[in-house]
Formats: sequence, structure tokens, C-alpha cells
Amino acid sequence: MADVQVYKRTPAEQQLAQRRAKQSMRAQVMMFSLMIFLTLVSFSMVVAHEAGVAGFSKYLIIPMVMLFAAVQVGLQLYYFMHMSEKGHGIPQMFMYTGALLGFLIPLTFVTIVWW
Amino acid sequence: MDLNKKFTPETWPDHPETATLEAKNKFVGFWLFLGGETILFATLFATYIALKNSGPSGFGFSTQELYELPLVFVMTMLLLTSSLTSVFAMYHLRNFNFKKMQLWLAITAFLGLGFLMLEVYEFTHYVHLGFTYNNSAFSSAFYTLVGTHGFHVAVGLVWITLLIFRNAKRGLNLYNATKYYTFSLYWHFIDVVWVFIFTVVYLMGVIG
Repeated sequence: MADVQVYKRTPAEQQLAQRRAKQSMRAQVMMFSLMIFLTLVSFSMVVAHEAGVAGFSKYLIIPMVMLFAAVQVGLQLYYFMHMSEKGHGIPQMFMYTGALLGFLIPLTFVTIVWW
Repeated sequence: MDLNKKFTPETWPDHPETATLEAKNKFVGFWLFLGGETILFATLFATYIALKNSGPSGFGFSTQELYELPLVFVMTMLLLTSSLTSVFAMYHLRNFNFKKMQLWLAITAFLGLGFLMLEVYEFTHYVHLGFTYNNSAFSSAFYTLVGTHGFHVAVGLVWITLLIFRNAKRGLNLYNATKYYTFSLYWHFIDVVWVFIFTVVYLMGVIG
């Protein structure tokens, strides 16, 4: 634990740090509203399809719903898991590799089983 | 430097969760763990998609008849909101506000508990309909995928409950900041998996 250097912030620096924390908090609440909105749209599209509303064919809805899921995951990673901050090179590498494999494995299974 | 050294809001580091070498190593290990979890869920998703709606002859269940969207919608909202409350908790962690952090984590745990109870209700409902684990290839793939996610939620609940009680009198230090922070990462990961479950399993199941 000898590697930690304790630095006492001046009152001005402390105020600045708190203001920055508040700003990033506000951005996260915005992103959360966006995620709730995407979820609502996904659900209501499927409900509209169920109710037989014209224009909501399943060939439109399935790609849209998958796209919204991908956007939500991106928001979670970058805003909630703080991936946009500095020094996240290794986690980013892990996540991209994981996402690639997570995409390839279902694709391979589905190809083998259904074609 | 002492592990239990006391801090003030002015001396608390900008990134308390990775301030020590030990904490940095824990983070690399934790990301490796999440990579393994991603592969676990990818294989379960692949199995589910491949075996969806398939069963023995005379098998009477399909995704379109089985799933009920209102319940899934409430579950989704509970888990999404719990993801946000854990973000609030991490905000207070960085501001060295231990009490508020504990409060928001407790709210997170309650939302997660609500999610888990609804999932148990959903599963018992299906079992009463005759859709049991060994009913068909479809049912085992469904219960294994959604059940593994539910198990992860349960593990997260035990994890955070232990953290909240164990550190209640200790307050924040550089030793437990990492533990709280990795929990919040884990919780977001669980939420990300659920986003795919409600999309791939429920929404696309209802569409058919």
C-alpha cells in the first residue's frame, strides 16, 4: 500500500472536483432516461405488432429491437461502467474481444443448426 | 501506508477504486472474469436460439403462447432502475459520502430482490402450466439461460448485502472502495445480459 500518495485538495480544487462529479452525474441521468425510452419503444413496437397495427411487420421490428439492445449495451459500458475515462485500455480490449466472441458463438450455432 | 487509513473528502483520491496496486490487479482480474461470463452467456444464448420451440411430438408450448410481456416489462424496469441507483452509489463513493452510498446500495439491493421475486413467480407460473425443466429441449434451454441470469442476480444480492453489513462501522477506505466498485461493475454487467434476454428471449419470442 506504499504506492498511494495522499494529496490534500485546496478548497477551490475540492469545489471543482465536486462540480465535475455533478456534471458527469447529470450526463448519466440523461443516458438513463434514454435507455428507459429505448426500452419503452422496443416494448411498444412489439405490442403494436401483436395488436396488428399496419406497418409493424416482424422484419422491421426484429432488426430495430436488436439495434436498440446494442445501443443500450454501449450506453451501459461507456457511461455507467465509465469506459470513456482515461486508462481503460485493457478493459476495452477485454470487452471488445468478449463482444466479438459473444456475437460469433450464437452466429455459429444458429448457422450449424438452421442451415 | 496503513490499510485502514482514514480519509477526508479533501484527501480522498480522484479514483479511489484503483488507487493502490492491489486494487489495480483486482480490476484486471475482474475484467477477465467478466470476459469469461460473456462467453458463458453467449453459449447459453446460442443454445436457446438453436433449440427455441423444439420438443418431442405433441409438445404444446410455443414462445408466443407462453410469455407475458407486462411481467417482463416490470422486471426490466426494476433491473434498469437498480443499475441507475448503483451509479448514484458510486457517485457518493467518489465524493467520500459513505452513508449515502450505503443507502443507494441498499435501494439497489431491494430493486434486485424485487426482480428476483418476480422471476421466481414467473417460473412457478410456467411450471404450473406443465412447462417444466425436462419437458423439452426448449424448456431446458430457456430455464438454463434465464435461470443462470437469475442466479447471478442472487449472487450479486448476497455480495452487496455482505459488503453493506461488513463495512457498516468501518466507513470508506482504499481497501473496501475497490470491493464496492467491482460490485457496481458486476451489477451493470448483469443488467447488460438482461437487456439481451428481454430482447432475444421475450420480445422476439412474442413476435415469433
